[in-house]
Amino acid sequence: METRRAELTADLFERLEVGTQDSERIVGPPVGFWRDSWDRLKKNRGALVGLAVIVVVIVVAYLGPLVSPYTPYGQDLSRRFADPSSQFWFGTDEFGRDMWNRVWIGTRVSLYIGFLAAFLDLAVGVTYGAISGLLGGRVDDVMQRGIEILNGVPYLVVAILAMLVLSPGIITITIAIGLTSWTYMARIVRGRMLQLKEQEFALASLSLGANRTRLLVKHLLPNSLGPMIVNLMFTIPLAIFSEAFLSFIGLGIQPPDTSLGALLSEGYKELRFHPNLLWFPTAVFSLLMISFNLFADGLRDALDPKMRK
Amino acid sequence: MLRYVAKRVVYMFVALLIIISVTWFISKLLPGTPFADQKLTPETRAQLYAKYGLDEPWPVQYGKYMLNVVQGDLGNSYYFQSKPVTEIILARLPVSAFIGIQAIVIGLVIGLVLGIVAALWHNRFWDSAATVLAILGVSVPSFVLGPILQYWLGVKLGWFPIAFFESWWHSVLPSLALSVFVIATVARFIRAEMLEVMGLDYTTLAKAKGLSGLAVVMKHVLRNALIPLVTVLAPLTIYIITGSLVVEQIFAVPGIGEEFVRSVVVSDYAMILGTTIFFSVLFILALLIQDILYGIIDPRIRVAGAKE
Amino acid sequence: MAAMHEGNILQVKDLQISFSTYAGEVEAVRGISFDLRRGETLAIVGESGSGKTVTAKSLMRLLPEANILIKGGEAIFEGEDLLKLSEQRMQKIRGSKIAMVFQDPMTSLDPTMRVGKQIAEGLKKHLGLSGQRAKERAVELLTLVGIPNPKERVRQYPHQFSGGMRQRVVIAIALSCEPQILIADEPSTALDVTIQAQILELLRELQEQLGMSVILITHDLGVVAHTAHRIAVMYAGKVVETGTLREVFYNPQMPYTWGLLSSIPLPTADRSRELIPIPGSPPDMLDPPKGCPFTPRCPYSMRICAEEMPEYTTFSEEHRASCWLHHQMAPNVEPPATIRGAK
Repeated sequence: METRRAELTADLFERLEVGTQDSERIVGPPVGFWRDSWDRLKKNRGALVGLAVIVVVIVVAYLGPLVSPYTPYGQDLSRRFADPSSQFWFGTDEFGRDMWNRVWIGTRVSLYIGFLAAFLDLAVGVTYGAISGLLGGRVDDVMQRGIEILNGVPYLVVAILAMLVLSPGIITITIAIGLTSWTYMARIVRGRMLQLKEQEFALASLSLGANRTRLLVKHLLPNSLGPMIVNLMFTIPLAIFSEAFLSFIGLGIQPPDTSLGALLSEGYKELRFHPNLLWFPTAVFSLLMISFNLFADGLRDALDPKMRK
Repeated sequence: MLRYVAKRVVYMFVALLIIISVTWFISKLLPGTPFADQKLTPETRAQLYAKYGLDEPWPVQYGKYMLNVVQGDLGNSYYFQSKPVTEIILARLPVSAFIGIQAIVIGLVIGLVLGIVAALWHNRFWDSAATVLAILGVSVPSFVLGPILQYWLGVKLGWFPIAFFESWWHSVLPSLALSVFVIATVARFIRAEMLEVMGLDYTTLAKAKGLSGLAVVMKHVLRNALIPLVTVLAPLTIYIITGSLVVEQIFAVPGIGEEFVRSVVVSDYAMILGTTIFFSVLFILALLIQDILYGIIDPRIRVAGAKE
Repeated sequence: MAAMHEGNILQVKDLQISFSTYAGEVEAVRGISFDLRRGETLAIVGESGSGKTVTAKSLMRLLPEANILIKGGEAIFEGEDLLKLSEQRMQKIRGSKIAMVFQDPMTSLDPTMRVGKQIAEGLKKHLGLSGQRAKERAVELLTLVGIPNPKERVRQYPHQFSGGMRQRVVIAIALSCEPQILIADEPSTALDVTIQAQILELLRELQEQLGMSVILITHDLGVVAHTAHRIAVMYAGKVVETGTLREVFYNPQMPYTWGLLSSIPLPTADRSRELIPIPGSPPDMLDPPKGCPFTPRCPYSMRICAEEMPEYTTFSEEHRASCWLHHQMAPNVEPPATIRGAK
């Protein structure tokens, strides 16, 4: 046997003590699921931009009006339809109200409704889906049929009908929007439940004496957090959109209160001659929608184990 | 296969029954009285109530309504008293259908191209570009897009008319506004499906046979990726229906959506009820067609499973 | 270009392949060489992660281009280096001169295309057969691989076949253009034990009948015993021992091979023989060791093993192994009793 080294000394052929610990030496820091996902998310520039924009919009929505000397309700007919200027950063509307204020107050309302509806979604959807998935069998069948029937009417139509029955207000709008949109979350959670409860760790837990509630709370739900969070991030823009839609056709937030949808509706009426009234709310609205979708998209990719390399 | 279809059809009828009943019930909860808008004396009002059977006990009204519905009779509009709801809906259907179907066609064509290109040039420029475009398309709703299109393409550039429906040219902007979401949805969907198929074993096997990249895509990847596209049919139908509510407002198009909004404003409950039912029927039909189509084009469902 | 030895249909020299991952470069194959003789079955044996599948796919250039680096080496077939051919040339070779059978029959076939058509694809592309003739040939191939009622079956879809049957179809596809080399990547691993035996037997018969050369990739030495002529043992991206079947089974020269043989049941051994699994797991290829990769798990390791990779020692025309134990300065070591029971 030839060797590469110039000389080999006898001591090199002594026994080497190796424990198997060495062979199982872990290379690199241990990476948990969340850490891994966070790393992946950080690499997605679109998602980060989305998140940044969302944060910026929220901050400006709450601080913006504070910076301005005007209020969203103060009318002054002598300065109607003013163009944007250093005095009125976004101009004024047909009643002379400061648009900067109105746009950001409106954004607050829309955001509020969006988050509220999304959480309603979460509460109802997760409960329904968890019960349906965990209990399985006939209960599951019946519950799923219920969802299918509920989905038979287009959800915005349901929202419209609901708004006709209830009188407009932030809470009622939230309920109207949430009436059928929770079904998507329920489906996802149920799917996850069905998947997880067959897995070995669930069976192991049960065989150790855990009852089903404990299993649900301590094991199944935490493992479903991923899809739940992603879905939440998608429902917020959907809720904002729905509120805007309702307000646009006059069933949402009523004047003098305002929301992005109401502003879009008002602005649209003046499109011909004063398009500014439409462009500013449009810009904020579109920014919000795009950012949420970008972020939710990136979040979904980051949390998806199949994307692991 | 036949059993599969039969099951779905029966199920659809049951669902419709329930939906119509619930909707009818809700319409009874709507506040305000019909005919409040018009100047009527109490006697005339009582007469109208009697004529429309509104003075009868609810179960009776329900029974009569359902019987009528089964025969296709949705009652008469409260606003246009001599016109049956069904007639109004059917008269406006062609307009809405035209714009809606056109939007879907545009959306499918452009969306497929965009999505396929994105998948084939994965992680390179076109993929990122297409993904960004898709997210934009999904985020900007038609009632934001509509006015933008109206303003820029209609008013400023004057290329298209911005209201009414007098010629095909009038349908372009409304369909465009609706189609953007379709494009985005189809593109993302087909891209995801193609990427998934391209990572599967049988794609590698096809390459191992010596087939060229193009042949592998055309003969194996595309077919397997397009099949699930059918499942997008029903959600898109819903989108077109709800989208039409606003788009028809913005572009003053005489379709069903516009009628629905008007009937909401004037509390024409028969119309509201009738239109809602119509929408539900449409959607359920779309679901049915989707299920049947899927069963036909996926051989795993069409042909029974493993025989040994 | 190295001269082709007579009797060799494929010569692989110093093949090096790495993946670039987001964690860094993973060296999957670190300089391996082997030959495939005409008409023989060469078994490449190793654990998961040893680099054997990557090697196989690289011969057909089926590795995803995005993050694969073929860093060096050559694979000479019919006077050409497979690693350097254009994609067009490779397409002519794939399926017609070199064919492959994959591991999981449940996912290897296109679920939406009839089986006959999938077999016929290669026939049409490489042999230019017409539709009718291609279909007839597909039926013949189904018969060849032992599928009953071939005329009926040829029009069916993959989901109408069981796992074992699907694998036969995959084999039929691979054989359709009478390739010179068949690469079988764990062809029986995903199947039930009884079906495994059938498939391996089928491969052996077909090989004899058609005179193909077969590269059989597996992690299971038991599979090798009845089908292979020669064996190459891979560990952590390197070939640590090669030899004929008898040589490797009855006179193995490398502790890893001893470990492998000790951990499988041998029908010829007596009952008191223990089964000893090899403790530990293979090294991380992100940061491969500079010496012999088996060192941490080897009961005989010496200090030099961790420092430097041993050269090959040749024991016969076919038999060689790389281990420091063969150095003149190393202590004498007897292979463990557990493998002597195999005699």
